[in-house]
Amino acid sequence: MKKTLEQVGKYVNLMKKTFSLPDNWRMFWRQLPLEMEKLGINTVGIIVLISIFMGVIMTMQTIMNTENPMLPRYSTGLVLRDTLLLEFSSSIMSLLLAGKVGSNIASEIGTMRVTEQIDALDIMGVNSANYLILPKIIGLMLCMPMLVTFSVFCGLAGGCGVAIFTDMITISDFIYGIQYAFIPYYFTYSIIKSFFFGFVIASVSAFYGYFAYGGAIDVGKASTNAVVNSSILLLAVNVILTQLLLV
Amino acid sequence: MIEVQNISKSFDGKLVLDDISATFHSGKINQIIGQSGSGKTVLMKSIIGLFRVDSGKILYDGRNLREMRMKEIKELRKEVGMLFQGSALFDSQTVLANVMFPLKMFSPMSVAEMTERAEFCLTRVDLKPQAFNLFPSEISGGMQKRVAIARAISLNPRYLFCDEPNSGLDPVTSILIDRLIEEITQEFDITTIVNTHDMNSIMEIGANIILINKGKKAWEGSKDTIFSSDNEALNDFVFASELFKNVKKTQLKNNS
Ligand SMILES: Nc1ncnc2c1ncn2[C@@H]1O[C@H](COP(=O)(O)OP(=O)(O)OP(=O)(O)O)[C@@H](O)[C@H]1O
Ligand SMILES: [Mg+2]
Repeated sequence: MKKTLEQVGKYVNLMKKTFSLPDNWRMFWRQLPLEMEKLGINTVGIIVLISIFMGVIMTMQTIMNTENPMLPRYSTGLVLRDTLLLEFSSSIMSLLLAGKVGSNIASEIGTMRVTEQIDALDIMGVNSANYLILPKIIGLMLCMPMLVTFSVFCGLAGGCGVAIFTDMITISDFIYGIQYAFIPYYFTYSIIKSFFFGFVIASVSAFYGYFAYGGAIDVGKASTNAVVNSSILLLAVNVILTQLLLV
Repeated sequence: MIEVQNISKSFDGKLVLDDISATFHSGKINQIIGQSGSGKTVLMKSIIGLFRVDSGKILYDGRNLREMRMKEIKELRKEVGMLFQGSALFDSQTVLANVMFPLKMFSPMSVAEMTERAEFCLTRVDLKPQAFNLFPSEISGGMQKRVAIARAISLNPRYLFCDEPNSGLDPVTSILIDRLIEEITQEFDITTIVNTHDMNSIMEIGANIILINKGKKAWEGSKDTIFSSDNEALNDFVFASELFKNVKKTQLKNNS
């Protein structure tokens, strides 16, 4: 318990150091697009792939498990749309990102720590936390809404594929379903959540990397810790945000 | 000149530095020697302020590091260069970019001026222009050390710290790096502190030496007094091999 509190204190202090003004804005603006490319653009592929498949599977499952004549035929599209918007494209996608992006951030920063590159920055008088971590956090937060939007559309496209290529559901029923009783706020909700999730993934992973001590094994441990703990924290934040934004 | 007075440092209750005092002079190589794990790196990083010491004073030409505010420390850092045990070059940047990095961060120079200064520093450490655009992983350990020295001197430091500059290098390259550090120190009148456990290096450039043993200062002297001292910790360190022990015995016999 005491250790957990200490960790939280260390984390808060690191964030204070991170969110100060950059020593050199030019370097920050040069770093930001690089990080956005590495953390955001390079994950588009996997997100597209997974979202399409999840769209296909969710559509098929919904149709197969709701063979009840009482339910309107458009319910499939509606269920798919709301599941994507409310949970899948923000929360589940973020868990996936925690695995990919989180381990990337933690191992990169952790390696810089154990090879003394972070000490080298500090010695030069550079605020290393700010220089290394801020572009990652901001970069990922800026990419998240784009990734979420992508994921929603790819999921819907996957469902649409089922309608086109099988006769489980007609296209018009599906299209009607995904438009029926659409609540735009759900989209806003998804985007707001994704900002928080982006922050959690980048900052928690950076924290574990930044305080790695030792060698390659410790960097590995830091990266595992980063993924596990940012995932847990994501779920906790998800509960809180759902309470605050929806209930 | 850097003076440390009675500094102590512990990690999680384990005392690593125990009441150490020493003076490091400018224009001279000041060495901190001792066995692996004796606390050399911790002492060096404490002097620089990467580790916060538990007690004592650290004076940079009279300015007390522990009383400085964040802003003053940042200013001081611009006068400090450091060569790390593993070179610590930024592996995502080329050799030239590594040396230009401190300039980009802190100097008002134009890109052309920065490039010129970086090339001057790289040439000063005898690096060939062909290597300028390679990445750290593509050059040898000795070259990495040279690049790290070039980066450390790019902002004209008044204080230079070298943590085991010749670890992992062959004896010939080691001596070249040592001489280079000595030349630069004398040329620019820098206060240089070098950590080492390499006897060649101690005998070659050790003008002012302190020995750390289990976190305590055990001996102080220079390369000229190292052989004649009868300090036990020093002799255990210097004459670790049987061969050297015998040399020492005969020398003492001859003297008496
Ligand atoms: N960040 C740290 N946290 C906890 N303990 C540390 C830390 N850094 C160093 N130590 C401990 O301090 C002691 C001295 O380590 P130090 O790295 O100064 O040795 P050294 O003399 O530089 O050895 P070497 O010649 O192998 O580099 C070691 O026992 C080490 O475990
Ligand atoms: Mg060391």
